[in-house]
Parts: sequence; C-alpha cells; structure tokens
Amino acid sequence: MTRLEVPARRLEAQALTREPWLRAVDLNLDRGELAVLRGPSGSGKSLLLRALADLDPRDAGSLRLDGVDAREVPPGRWRRQVRLVAQRPPALAATVRGVLDLAAELAGASRMEVPPGLAEAQPVARLSGGEAQLLALWSALRGPAEVLLLDEPTSAMDPELAARAEGWVRDWARGGGAVLWVSHDAGLAARLGAREVSL
Amino acid sequence: MTTAPDIGPVGLGLAAALIAGHALTSMAFQLGLGRRLVVAAVRATVQLLLLGWALERVFAAQQPVLVLGVMTLMGLVAGREALRRTTHTAPGLGRATTLAMLGSSFLVTTYGLVAVLDAEPWWAPERAIPIMGMILGNTLNGIALGLDATLKGLESRSGEIEGLLAMGASPARATRALVQDALRTATLPIVNSMAVVGIVSIPGMMTGQILGGGDPGIAARYQLFILFAIASGTALGAVLVVLSARRLLFDDRERLRLDRLSPR
Repeated sequence: MTRLEVPARRLEAQALTREPWLRAVDLNLDRGELAVLRGPSGSGKSLLLRALADLDPRDAGSLRLDGVDAREVPPGRWRRQVRLVAQRPPALAATVRGVLDLAAELAGASRMEVPPGLAEAQPVARLSGGEAQLLALWSALRGPAEVLLLDEPTSAMDPELAARAEGWVRDWARGGGAVLWVSHDAGLAARLGAREVSL
Repeated sequence: MTTAPDIGPVGLGLAAALIAGHALTSMAFQLGLGRRLVVAAVRATVQLLLLGWALERVFAAQQPVLVLGVMTLMGLVAGREALRRTTHTAPGLGRATTLAMLGSSFLVTTYGLVAVLDAEPWWAPERAIPIMGMILGNTLNGIALGLDATLKGLESRSGEIEGLLAMGASPARATRALVQDALRTATLPIVNSMAVVGIVSIPGMMTGQILGGGDPGIAARYQLFILFAIASGTALGAVLVVLSARRLLFDDRERLRLDRLSPR
C-alpha cells in the first residue's frame, strides 16, 4: 500500500520570503486515493504541495512514501515519484514536442504522444494558459509518478477540456496512483469521488 | 633598443590638463560628475604612482616569495571587485569568487611564464607581475559578468528551474540553459575583442611595449600571447565562478535556495 504520510502532525516549511509557514498537517494518502485540498487563498495549499515534493526546506515534520523517509531517497527520484504539477507551467522548451521529449527524458519514459488539440511544432510561448496546463498534466500522467500533486491543474482550461482532464486523472488513480488536487471548485470532490481535505 | 623618455613633473602636469576637457564637459552639460571626476583622477594618480614605486622595489628585490605575495594580493583585490559588480550576493560567494579569480589567473599566468615565455627564472617579477595584472584585469570582467548572469538568471528563471526539478531533474540539468547563457555572456566580450584587435585598436600592452622602445613584431607576439591567456583565464574563471554560485544556491536536497540570495 502506498501511503504518503506526514505523521509528525506538523509540517514546517519555509517559504522563499523567509516567512515561517506553520500549519498542523496530518495527511495520509492511500494508493489509488484521490483527495481534493481546499482552503482560502494564502492558506498555504501551494506551499504544502511544494513541501511534499521536497522543493522547500523544512526543519520539522516527516515525509514518507511507503514507509521510506524522503531524506533517504535521492531528491530527483523522490520528485519523479511524488510529482508536482504547477498551476502556471513554465515554458520548458520551445515547442510542444520539445516539452514532451524533455518530460520523457527526465521520466525515463518512452516517446510521449501529443495531447489532443495541440500540435508538435506549436511554440510553447504562445500556448494559452489552459493549453499549457494540458501539456503539463498530460506529460505528468505519462511519467513514473506514484503520487501526483496537482496545483489547480485545470483552472485555465475551458469546461469541456477540464472535464476530460478530470477523467484522465480519475483513470490514472484507478491504476494505483494517489492524487492530491488543490482546487477552489466546490463540486470537484464529488465529481471525482474524492475525499475532501481542508486547510 | 631605445628606451622611452621619462615623463617629468611638468609633463605629468600637462597630461593632467587633459582631464580639464572632461571637467568642462561635465560642467557644460551639468553632469554632476565634477566631484567624482576629481576623486577618480586623484585615486588613479596615487594608485599608479604607488604601484610604480612598489614595483621598483619588488623588481629590485628579486624574491620569489615577494612576487607570489604581490600576485596573491592582486588576486584578492580583483576577487573583491568582481563580487562588488554583481547586483546580488550570497553567503560563501565572496570566497568562491576570489578562489575562481586566483585559481584561473595563477594557472594561466604560470603556464604562460613557464611554457610560453620559457624565461629564467620563470617567476621574474618584471614579467610575472605585469602578465598577472593583464590577465586579472580582464578575467575580472568575465567573472563579474558570468556571476551576475548566473545570480540574476537563478532568480528570474526560478519557475523554469523548479519546474524541471519537480520533474526529477538534477540541479545541473535544470540549470543547463542558464549556465550556457552565463558562460556565453562572460566569454563573448573577449571573443569579440580578439576579432577586431589590430584593426580597430592597438591594445594597451602592445602600445606600451612599442613606446618603451620594443620591436613591434615582438610586441605583437606578446600581445597575442596575452590575448590567448586572457581568453583562457576568462573561460576558466567564469566556469569556476558560475559552477560555484550554482553549488551555493542549491542545498543537499537539490532545492533551489533563493532565500540565500540577497540584493546588494
């Protein structure tokens, strides 16, 4: 059973602004489980995801996957297993194909197909917010992740595309992965059949 | 071989009069540079006269330890100056910059003295110190440019870098494009100046050697050696400082630590 747990009841992450961010967190995610994380803006949802991906230093709490402490896993491997998808994905290559090839290279995966609605040669700099989110989510779903940390991954998508994306994530979790999805959408947990966690 | 005629106090005074032209410009256009100009001109005068005075003594002493001491001191000052030219700083960066400065310039200078000039003794102060000075002065630029590009890039491209880290990339992979850009920024000026040297300008050292009564052919070959040494020192120094800066701004868990960066 895959469990992403923070058993210390408190995770202390330090934001880049050096503001100490304190919040009691006790979060367990089981394999195949979908959880929607909700909370007001500024409550630290994105910071929690960053901390879980081990992108921010923390001086307390503990973080484990299948009982193995994050500190015992090489950082690159941890982040491939516990994969963060940002709300505003940065342009990582010039074209859609470039981003997919880069994602495949880093994931150790085979060549990734182009997501529906996008073309290989499309310049990443000119993608809309929703298209950029589609590309990021699409490549993350095709990597070796065991846990997906999704930071409002469909916030800029049109409703139809967002609905399709929700379906892909649900299918992915059925394959045994755990998902923590940050969202302001009150109906999302019900649509996904997910547990709701509040900050 | 003729030697250069000395410039006496009167000559030096007449040279200083040239500065008046600059002062007039400042006044005419109200640049407000008058005070800074006077301070800079006085500093230059004192520094160069002191340097001449000190070098006379170091040359007369012919002591390798003294030569090494002077070269190290020059490297330390250059390291400080390179760091001063960046917009940001981080703990440990001063030491890294000084080490990059000293390491690259010592290595290239020693190679030049031993392999290229093949003089006896190889550490002779009248060759070692001016050559080290030429290399330092130019490497300083490259190191400052490379360091500044790295620090600025880590900050402005943090989204891209952390995006790659989140995908499992190592810091080296996540900063590959940034390091390439920084090294290009650091080394491009010397590449550009090599391409036009001798057409647009006669470089300072060659001018000095010719004024000092040297053979222009020999002066040209010396200048070529110095240019290549500068190019090599700049590249080496830039690589050292860029990689050190990257190492200092990632922690043992391969996290980008912009919190270690502070504006100057």
